[in-house]
Amino acid sequence: MSDISPSRAFRPAATEAPWARITLILAVVAILAVLLFAPLVTVFFEALREGLGASLATLADPQSQSAIRLTLLVAAFAVPLNAVFGVAAAWLITKYSFRGKAVLITLIDIPFSVSPVVAGLCIVLTFGANSWVGSWLVAQGMPVVFAVPGIVMASMFVTFPFVARELIPVMVEQGRAGEEAALTLGASGWRVFFTVTLPNIRWALLYGVLLCNARAMGEFGAVAVVSGKIRGLTATMPITIEMLYNEYSSVAAFTLAAVLALLALVTLALKTLLEWRYADQLAATHRH
Amino acid sequence: MQIEIDEISKEFGTTAALTPVSLSIPSGALVALLGPSGSGKTTLLRILGGLEFPTAGRVLFDGADATALTVQERRAGFVFQSYALFAHMTVFENIAYGLRARPRTTRPPSAEIARRVTKLLDLIQLPDIGARYPNQLSGGQRQRVALARALAIEPRMLLLDEPFGALDARVRKDLRQGLRDIHDTTGLTTIFVTHDQDEAMELADLVVVMSMGRIEQVGRPQDIRARPASAFVRDFISA
Repeated sequence: MSDISPSRAFRPAATEAPWARITLILAVVAILAVLLFAPLVTVFFEALREGLGASLATLADPQSQSAIRLTLLVAAFAVPLNAVFGVAAAWLITKYSFRGKAVLITLIDIPFSVSPVVAGLCIVLTFGANSWVGSWLVAQGMPVVFAVPGIVMASMFVTFPFVARELIPVMVEQGRAGEEAALTLGASGWRVFFTVTLPNIRWALLYGVLLCNARAMGEFGAVAVVSGKIRGLTATMPITIEMLYNEYSSVAAFTLAAVLALLALVTLALKTLLEWRYADQLAATHRH
Repeated sequence: MQIEIDEISKEFGTTAALTPVSLSIPSGALVALLGPSGSGKTTLLRILGGLEFPTAGRVLFDGADATALTVQERRAGFVFQSYALFAHMTVFENIAYGLRARPRTTRPPSAEIARRVTKLLDLIQLPDIGARYPNQLSGGQRQRVALARALAIEPRMLLLDEPFGALDARVRKDLRQGLRDIHDTTGLTTIFVTHDQDEAMELADLVVVMSMGRIEQVGRPQDIRARPASAFVRDFISA
């Protein structure tokens, strides 16, 4: 018994030694500061370098306004469409078993593994004026490439997996019993979807939609190839930021960048607010 | 309601879950489908409820062919193994779900729905839990809420998949009597699936012993105990 000294401090098995804890925390804080926080602060700092007036003047510029409008328009198309596709794909994959399911899962993941630039090129090659589809579309007065539809398509391609990928694990975990119960109680398929499936996946769906939205507004590579970068017409915010920066209009570039960052921060704040507001409901509906 | 299972078989891909089985269930009976896992008992229950469709064979309700009826048309009160309560709804909303899902023409007014839910909460002897969420209930309370929810649609039969499976031994005993009482009050043809031979023998009027997708024996508990039809049945009920 003498080898156990009463003064020795015991700690739970899953807790690290103090020095290890402090080192880990410092490392994480340092990485966050250098990689995330510092660039974000720099964006706002650079935007306001010549005062608020100069920044606001940038926002009043028609070119910037058109870029902001276009980015919001693209997100307004791409996000809802991807939300619907994502829910449908996740539903199909998790609630049914069918031939070719593995292929479908792989297809959904393609945008994660394919470079956005390649995706943009594919769209140009498929729908550009040199392809028969493209020339037909141009003849109908509906050009896709170097126009808004192409930008929406490129954004949708890049953001396609976000909603489905968020939903699939949640729906797998929930299984089919809830839906089956609702069916035995006489509910129609649509009623089951809106009263049982959707409420069960709403947080994952919200998270997927927010990620999808952030990426849709920020996408550069694929859009750069497809859009043709026509000022005031097909230049989205990220494209305009790059063009302004290359022209040494750094205040204008950073101001637009700050607006884009703010949009992202607003979505993040929105998500946090919703989580906080519905914290009790979240806890109540968590799996027992 | 009298239920007739006529040469039902079910295959999942190449594996046979049910080799043709036939069974006649008298109206108002309390029946146990007893067997080890993989014996096809849950598949048979799900076929009766319209959640699976047989590869071949017919199901007759009161003599009328019900094989092609959809799950909604069957009006079977179904209690799932883990109860499948709607976690985002209160107990009241869970029980009211089936009534609110009815088409407008047959849907009772909300005061009538409230009255029926209250009556069902009394029936399961949990009158005060209407405002709670499922995760605030004990396992036994959840099981009874699931039962009330299934009864709310005025079902033609009651189907229960391992209704006591997720409960500890003491609660199990209490709820067995609870199910017996509800069966006797409502007079519904009730079929439950179990792998627990004590449960089947104690509770059911009629026990159907199943193994490997076949029905080994059908009979009253005391008859099965006295005259097991095969070595499998003898081993299984003495285990």
